[in-house]
Amino acid sequence: MIKTDHLTKHYGALKAVDDVSFQVGAGEVLGFLGPNGAGKTTTMRMLAGFVTPTAGSASICGHDVVTDALAAKTALGYLPEGAPSYGEMSVRRFLDFIADLRGLEGARRSARLEHVIENLHLSAVLGQTIDTLSKGFRRRVGLAQAIVHDPPVLILDEPTDGLDPNQKHEVRTLINDMARDKIIIISTHILEEVDAVCTRAIIISRGRIVADDTPAGLAARSRYHNAVSMQLADSAQLESARVAVAALPAVAQVEVSEREARLTALPRPGALILPAVSELAARAGLKFKELHLEAGRLDEVFRTITA
Amino acid sequence: MHNVGIITRRELASYFATPLAYVFILIFLLLANAFTFYLGGFYERGQADLAPFFTFHPWLYLFLIPALSMKLWAEERKSGSIELLMTQPVKLWDAVLGKFLAAWIFTALALALTFPLWITVNYLGSPDNGAILAAYLGSLLLAAGFLAIGSCMSALTRNQVVAFILGVVVCFAFLLAGFPMVLDLFRGWAPQALVEAIASLSFLTHFESIVKGVIDVRDLLYFAMLAVFFLLATAVTLDLRKDL
Repeated sequence: MIKTDHLTKHYGALKAVDDVSFQVGAGEVLGFLGPNGAGKTTTMRMLAGFVTPTAGSASICGHDVVTDALAAKTALGYLPEGAPSYGEMSVRRFLDFIADLRGLEGARRSARLEHVIENLHLSAVLGQTIDTLSKGFRRRVGLAQAIVHDPPVLILDEPTDGLDPNQKHEVRTLINDMARDKIIIISTHILEEVDAVCTRAIIISRGRIVADDTPAGLAARSRYHNAVSMQLADSAQLESARVAVAALPAVAQVEVSEREARLTALPRPGALILPAVSELAARAGLKFKELHLEAGRLDEVFRTITA
Repeated sequence: MHNVGIITRRELASYFATPLAYVFILIFLLLANAFTFYLGGFYERGQADLAPFFTFHPWLYLFLIPALSMKLWAEERKSGSIELLMTQPVKLWDAVLGKFLAAWIFTALALALTFPLWITVNYLGSPDNGAILAAYLGSLLLAAGFLAIGSCMSALTRNQVVAFILGVVVCFAFLLAGFPMVLDLFRGWAPQALVEAIASLSFLTHFESIVKGVIDVRDLLYFAMLAVFFLLATAVTLDLRKDL
């Protein structure tokens, strides 16, 4: 269990984190979202025991991060922002060093090292110094040190930043695999990641929590929730289609993209317009290439909430 | 204590992973020998001892030790690895001590590599080897004092050049405190107790008696307490601002 209670951090007059309270339980993957400078990293640093809170408290598995810091750190695997490490060390030596600090010994030590090296595909670069690695490899070395001791709690600050799409996919798979029996917090500004790995999302803006919901719940706040999007085969039909769809009683607004010959109908609050729109399309003889129901756009919700 | 050893080993290995270690040792040996033979008049004195060698150690350390200690914490701050280190289950004091010990062991190694001089004086005459051993010990203690100060200055900043300059300045102040030039300024008017207090803070006062072969517990305590004080100051500085 991760718990924060009125957690606050001031830097002079700047309130970097302002009265943040939340709890995360086992099996949850919490996505921490927010614009740059919103306080995501500062919050995570306080949880990891790197920054001391100005006020409020936080605990990891019942251990207060200030008064019982060593026990809290023992239960935690932490990937700092930018995945810093010791550049002059080889990957092998670096992981050995972390395994030493984490007190891993004997058969378990070799098994855990082997496990992270295999899962993060590090075997090819074990002998290389970290300075010479690509950004993607460095990030994976950072992830490896965070999970090498198999901690019950993981806090990962932008774990997929700088990775290519294949690597991103692998890291997300890894997080999903670990999610069953761990508590995980990841920060990201890649919204697709929230759908891919998170069971819950907290949006933070100017140091305060502005939304705390499931990804689906957040998407439902979008104007585009249950909107119907239709791409026409013939752009000549666009104008007449727009007029006809806008005339439907449950439709609040119609947006048109001339370039794509696409028309998006936004429902009135609570209304389901898909049956009406598809029936209209059949009746009016609209030829469409594609028609779908939107779940809602996270990026639009994100912008609305944090603007 | 287990973690101190782990951190010391990692730090020591990192010295030798870059040219720093080799450049430092080379320059240390070159300067130590240049001071001994040219400024110290090793041959001209006609005495089989290492006084010309040890006399210049405070001045040699004044620049070389801050160059070694400047990276201790400033580099960790600059690269961000301090966040990695401080979020491992390691006591702050263990990290401070581990890094200090690595630098000290490294200095001891550089100092040990001056052994040909010791062999030379034994070849040329019959020196008091006990006094020479005492002087080596004194030099190592002096290095500990300088290193602890350097560690504290390095913890204050993320800029290694600033750490170096601060280190030199503070070490210089501790050296000068025992210089006749400074003490004479106070002798004219200040009470004798104050002059002695200032002199007693000095590296030179304590170092010179050890170099003469006199091991006084008070001198050993002085260097030990100075090192502990500045290492505690390092820990406090880091604790107040880990995320500088």
